[in-house]
Amino acid sequence: MDTSIKVLVVDDFATMRRILKNILKQLGFTNITEADDGTSAFEELKKNNFDLIISDWNMPKMTGLELLKRVRSDDALKEIPFLMVTAEAQKQNVIEAVQAGVSNYVVKPFTAEAISEKLQKILG
Amino acid sequence: MDATMINPFITATKNVLETMAFISCKPGKPFVKKEDIARGDVTGVIGITGAANGTIAITFEEACILQIVSNMFGEKMTKIDHEVADAVGELTNMISGQARKELEALGKLFDAAIPSVVSGKGHTITHYTDGPKIAIPFKTEDGGFLIEVCLEKTVD
Ligand SMILES: [Mg+2]
Repeated sequence: MDTSIKVLVVDDFATMRRILKNILKQLGFTNITEADDGTSAFEELKKNNFDLIISDWNMPKMTGLELLKRVRSDDALKEIPFLMVTAEAQKQNVIEAVQAGVSNYVVKPFTAEAISEKLQKILG
Repeated sequence: MDATMINPFITATKNVLETMAFISCKPGKPFVKKEDIARGDVTGVIGITGAANGTIAITFEEACILQIVSNMFGEKMTKIDHEVADAVGELTNMISGQARKELEALGKLFDAAIPSVVSGKGHTITHYTDGPKIAIPFKTEDGGFLIEVCLEKTVD
């Protein structure tokens, strides 16, 4: 797993961004940018080249699902791996995310191992 | 409100605190709470809609939430500041998500809004509907917290 890649962490709660960043740093990632909703995340994505998006679902302004759809329909961004990390755990949520092209899905609450495992699967 | 509606919140809470904060908690006997004054020092509130409309509130004693958030961050938290308040919001979000997942298995679908947080000694908790407030007390090694579930009508 290449830990020198550029990662965008998107969540409306600073707590969750902090927990995810802690886990990513433990795994060796150093190049981490944060955004607090889909709108600011999309702006970041347009400004910089990211290699991985880790995003929450339930956020004000633009949700993680809308962000995922925007990313997948944008020629410059559509190949970026997208990990959804969300408290939305109902079957319909997972189906919608898969249909929208999510790379993998982690349900909150999660362990550091669960994040690590999913990243291994996505990044190889 | 029957036990089938309450149990998902108990399971969800234990799961969230054990997984994110490595803290175990013991649920006490649920009761009907009459007053609006919070029993804790900081409260997360989240609106839910669907099988029934209402609110879920989780109110923590100071020592309890400081230990929980310290464990979540791997860093000692010493007062209820904006970082701790933010964590209460996200804990509320996760507990609501896990409980809604279990309720789905019982055929009851709910959506949740974005949580809000209130703090301060003796603050009031505003539920969005005036149904009965079912309260579930919990104990941890570092103090307690209380979950209030308030739905506008019985879920069938
Ligand atoms: Mg969120």
